[in-house]
Amino acid sequence: MNTLAILMSAFILSIVGLGFFIWSQRSRPASTTTDGSEVIFAKGELGHPESITQSISTAHGPAASDNLELQARVRADASTAQVVFFFYCCAFVWLLVASAAGLTASIKLHSPDWLVSQAWLSFGRIRTIHLNAVAYGWAPMAGLGTALFIIPRLLKTELVGARYALLGAALWNAALVSGLGSLAYGVSDGMEWLEIPWQIDLLFVAGGALVGVPLILTLLQRKVAHLYVSVWYMGCALFWFPILFFVANFPGLHHGVEAATMNWWFGHNVLGLFYTPLALASIYYLLPKLIGRPIQSYNLSLLGFWGLAFFYGQVGGHHLIGGPVPGWLVTLSIVQSMMMILPVAAFTVNQHLTLKGHLSALRHSPTLQFLCLGGLMYTASSLQGSFEALRSMNAVTHFTHYTVAHAHLGLYGFVSMVFFGAIYFVVPRITGRDWPWPRLIAAHFWLAAIGIAIYFVSLTIGGWLQGSAMLDESRGFMESVALTLPYLKGRSVGGALMALGHVVFAAHFARLLIGERRRAQGTASPLKTATGAL
Amino acid sequence: MHSETRLVLGGLTTLAAATAALVVLPYFTVRDSAAAPGLAPYTATQLRGRTQYISHGCMYCHSQQPRTKAFAPDAKRGWGRATVAGDYAYDDPPLLGTMRTGPDLMNIGARQPSDQWHLGHLYQPRAYVPNSIMPAYPFLFEIRDKAEAGETVVTLPPGFAPEGKVVVARPEALELVSYLKSLDRSYPAVEAATN
Repeated sequence: MNTLAILMSAFILSIVGLGFFIWSQRSRPASTTTDGSEVIFAKGELGHPESITQSISTAHGPAASDNLELQARVRADASTAQVVFFFYCCAFVWLLVASAAGLTASIKLHSPDWLVSQAWLSFGRIRTIHLNAVAYGWAPMAGLGTALFIIPRLLKTELVGARYALLGAALWNAALVSGLGSLAYGVSDGMEWLEIPWQIDLLFVAGGALVGVPLILTLLQRKVAHLYVSVWYMGCALFWFPILFFVANFPGLHHGVEAATMNWWFGHNVLGLFYTPLALASIYYLLPKLIGRPIQSYNLSLLGFWGLAFFYGQVGGHHLIGGPVPGWLVTLSIVQSMMMILPVAAFTVNQHLTLKGHLSALRHSPTLQFLCLGGLMYTASSLQGSFEALRSMNAVTHFTHYTVAHAHLGLYGFVSMVFFGAIYFVVPRITGRDWPWPRLIAAHFWLAAIGIAIYFVSLTIGGWLQGSAMLDESRGFMESVALTLPYLKGRSVGGALMALGHVVFAAHFARLLIGERRRAQGTASPLKTATGAL
Repeated sequence: MHSETRLVLGGLTTLAAATAALVVLPYFTVRDSAAAPGLAPYTATQLRGRTQYISHGCMYCHSQQPRTKAFAPDAKRGWGRATVAGDYAYDDPPLLGTMRTGPDLMNIGARQPSDQWHLGHLYQPRAYVPNSIMPAYPFLFEIRDKAEAGETVVTLPPGFAPEGKVVVARPEALELVSYLKSLDRSYPAVEAATN
């Protein structure tokens, strides 16, 4: 079969498949008068951002609100408070570990004789510790914590079986500690994103399954007829990830170049079918709540979701363009990478129309700033990724730092930004305490935003120059190394700002907790009503 | 959407399609590609060296997949012909790599067959390649007053050897070099199922 024929048939199959999916999953038109996007608002809440004052006064105020929906929401929050708090504490720890490891790895690339006496500090290991602390520590702890908080709210019920999730999280973190220890010691399975030895992966599987139990139990207890957009993303992500992880880590199953195709099926789908849906679900829930209006178009969100589900899974082969793998596989992945423009555009237009006329809310809500920047970076990194998959561009960028910049635009600029925003929103609602120093939130935001900007711009330029030099046979290979040095240093500066932002973030969180303990030790005064909508 | 069953079944179907394309089909077509004629299985020492290669994360900076002329001038750089599936028949897992912070190593054994060069380069890359940003691996070596019988002493360029001492390669370093020297796919390629 020639390439054009594969291309055309993959394209047509995708379009037909997607059309069929949306048709089969569409809402029955007569079931509700509204299209379901208002389900996240209580009566009388439309037009107003959800403020923390409301939650706290409903919970503790003597004259409890007579709004039953708000009371139900407060009960939902109370049922998740303990378990979400635990997930977030772990997320903070892994964020700091990952930042330290990442910054160390970054500096080592331009100072190769720094800290060379210890094997566990050498680039190959500390870089891997960074990746795994982000991939299995920070991102899932923050993302699952947020999912555990949002899902009971969306289903208007309490979280059932929170203890399973607590035990699961404990197992998961024990697995990660042993996994990172094993990598530091030098025991690795040798495939990117799958380095942690499969024996330890068994613990992750057990922990992950336990985290999933309360989510399924809660789904079965739901008190709403309509499943909101965020539930689609979070619900599916929680089924996708275990399958990916189990198939990818199954010992002895994969071999030769098939292991390489499986490797990138997994590697890209962890991003596309786990972190991305968790983060998008957070945006779909929090953004409307913070500006007090429902998302613009239910149909666009349907297209965005099924488009992502359909196309994202098949894009992994673009990591192997030019490699020793079947040509049809690479072509298929390139086609689906381009098709990803469709769901990304659907999401972008939807968010833009939702926000239109409400941009002034950005000034007062730090959560919204993080979410909006994250949403923008989702669009940017996805479009960039689609074009990076084209052969002409891939030939330049494939083996260079350009790809590293792209990966960080996605996982930091988009996913981590959204999780930062979500944590700022959720923490006051589960602890009953507002963030003590709002200026630190602004400091965190700007350190993170400026940090990732410097990081991305440096590595993008450096990577492109590196790739161009490697393609030019008249230039020696060492030239492609030497010319990246200023950009690698730039990356360390950006990375240091990001890490500093995380220290500010964590210190602020610690201050919030210490404040609460002092208060609890004092007189039994009612919680001071906090102000402002995060 | 009102039914969680339809949601989850839909989600599982899309994932199944992706898995069929990227995992199941390759499983049945290229997983067990026959070893290219001319490719020898690794020896026990080379395999231990391969474990060192993985353990120190060499694959995060070095690829093992020279590309065709249409893609990159890899052959002109002396990195060898484009590889085919049969070249990885004994690689478990394959170490294709995603970065070329350093050069491709699929044929480093053919390009640089000297044990001493490899050992010295691992001890201090900048002794051989002035602007290299490769980490030094001093912990794969021991610095002693004098070597014992049967030990491999590393001969370093002037100015890089510790004064009055000798640098002795630990077994890990010797195994790693043995693996690096085994990286030689200079025999002719046989077109496998891939193209």
